[in-house]
Amino acid sequence: MSTLVPRGRRPQNLTIGRVGVYAFLATAALFFLLPLWIMVMTSLKPMDEIRLGNILALPAALTVEAWSKAWSSACTGLECNGISVGFWNSVRILIPSVILSIVAGAINGYALSFWRVKGANVMFGVLLLGAFIPYQVFLYPLVRIFSMTGIYNSLTCIVLVHVIFGLPTMTLLFRNYYAGLPIELFKAARIDGGGFWSIFFRVILPMSTPILVVATILQVTGIWNDFIFGLTFAGRENLPMTVQLNNIVHSTQGERAYNVDMAATMLAALVPLVVYFVSGRWFVRGIAAGAVKG
Amino acid sequence: METISIRAPSVAPSGTKTRRSMRTRLPAAIALLPTALVVLVVYIGCMLWTVRLSFTSSTLLPKLDWVGLAQYNRLFVNDRFVTSAENIVIFGILFISGCLIIGFLLAVFIDQNVRGEGLFRTVFLYPYSMSFVVTGVAWQWFLNPGLGLQKLVRDLGFESFTFDWLVNQKMAIYTIVIAGLWHGSGLTMAIMLAGLRGIDKDLWKAARVDGIPTWRVYTSVVIPLLRPMIVTAVVLLATGVVKLYDLVVAMTLGGPGIATEVPAKFVMDHLFERNNIALGTAAATMMLITVVIVLAPWVYARYIRAEGRRA
Repeated sequence: MSTLVPRGRRPQNLTIGRVGVYAFLATAALFFLLPLWIMVMTSLKPMDEIRLGNILALPAALTVEAWSKAWSSACTGLECNGISVGFWNSVRILIPSVILSIVAGAINGYALSFWRVKGANVMFGVLLLGAFIPYQVFLYPLVRIFSMTGIYNSLTCIVLVHVIFGLPTMTLLFRNYYAGLPIELFKAARIDGGGFWSIFFRVILPMSTPILVVATILQVTGIWNDFIFGLTFAGRENLPMTVQLNNIVHSTQGERAYNVDMAATMLAALVPLVVYFVSGRWFVRGIAAGAVKG
Repeated sequence: METISIRAPSVAPSGTKTRRSMRTRLPAAIALLPTALVVLVVYIGCMLWTVRLSFTSSTLLPKLDWVGLAQYNRLFVNDRFVTSAENIVIFGILFISGCLIIGFLLAVFIDQNVRGEGLFRTVFLYPYSMSFVVTGVAWQWFLNPGLGLQKLVRDLGFESFTFDWLVNQKMAIYTIVIAGLWHGSGLTMAIMLAGLRGIDKDLWKAARVDGIPTWRVYTSVVIPLLRPMIVTAVVLLATGVVKLYDLVVAMTLGGPGIATEVPAKFVMDHLFERNNIALGTAAATMMLITVVIVLAPWVYARYIRAEGRRA
């Protein structure tokens, strides 16, 4: 029996087995890192080098020209203002969508888990089922409704769509979190004469920091990465970065500038990557809370 | 259909309310009203509207005539739709099983008290934070035969090496699977790892005392214990499969030919580009039916039958 393992499961000596474990993990890590490496390398090379050289190799003549071109002058269809247009559109979509969907989720979750409103659980059940239904089932009637009300193809429209389709996850997230809070807290506040909103703002909201962080991570990455809603509802003026990226990649005339494509791709991936690396374990917790805990 | 079955249990116990509690609950009811409206108008209304449109002859503009199942008959002889349906089955099976296997293996290996665990976890999960468009563009670049992987291996001296799946009608769908696995297996790993960490440490001691080989413990004890995690992962991955659209658009645009078309793309193209609303909504209804058949029992058992909080 080994004496080395207070916490572990098996002895920790460097056996063939251990080497095998690390070899497997390292190989897997290479597979996962490969596309990122290739993207970064390609984006830093001039086109001549891409055509002749090795796709994995470090750039011989390092240049950030592709990045500046991708940012400010790459063509998305007829216009050639780069992906920066999409970046700022995404920011303008992101901020109100994230805030409003979190507010809606928090209020819903609070009302559902502390106040027994008639029919609320039925509503919640339908909402949750809605989360599993493919968006294609709702899109066309929704387009008709928005065009009838005159806000189709606008910033308002895309923000509303994000809030609507964020409702199931956000409500579920907050409902589950609030269901875990001690009910006595709520009862005490009720005895003290607190009403719906005063309890929410004075008691519940101050305790919600962890779930607010999780919700923000979830919504920022989710909304930033959205493609289908932006394509359908945002209108030409407000196309988000993902749609612009797709346009840049697929609409280049003549020879494709792979370095510019890859620089644009990296730029589009940057925000969620930063969120991911900064948030670390919270990111996993977000996915888990949004989906696993039911 | 399922809205009726969940209505039954929660209508009953509401007769005991006093007038006072009704009044104090009013703000809560008002707060829930916007969501209730969205549920009624969007989640129920738009869904029924889509189903209704699939029984019409609408093309560019919606009509409310009735042509019965004519659109469905057209759908099932439509090459593009049949290919789409086949593709989503191929993708679904390979993607879900692949994610489960890779995710499980990664989680098990990470769970061996390795150094740099955090680093490995970060590396395996980061693709999941990126969009499908980014994933699609990255893999399209890496797998393109002219300058990507094929050229790389040929330049190493293997002149006859061929890897042209991306432009090969028969194989293109598998490149989508590869990109999907790269994007999604980290998530499965995270879920499985959480499950492995939740297993009682005494289990391993007991197994070691009894001299049971490690692999045997995994196959006979750990995997059954991970069942809830596996179910969760499958449901999560399955909803991802149905939504498959951006990845295909970014990577192959449904090509070469119609080789990588998927149902979501079929619907989008017919609704917004080909001006064939009835056929598009019929395909959307088929997607809906598939999802209901696959997921309804699980959703029912997990969320609706399970008692909510009794406040």
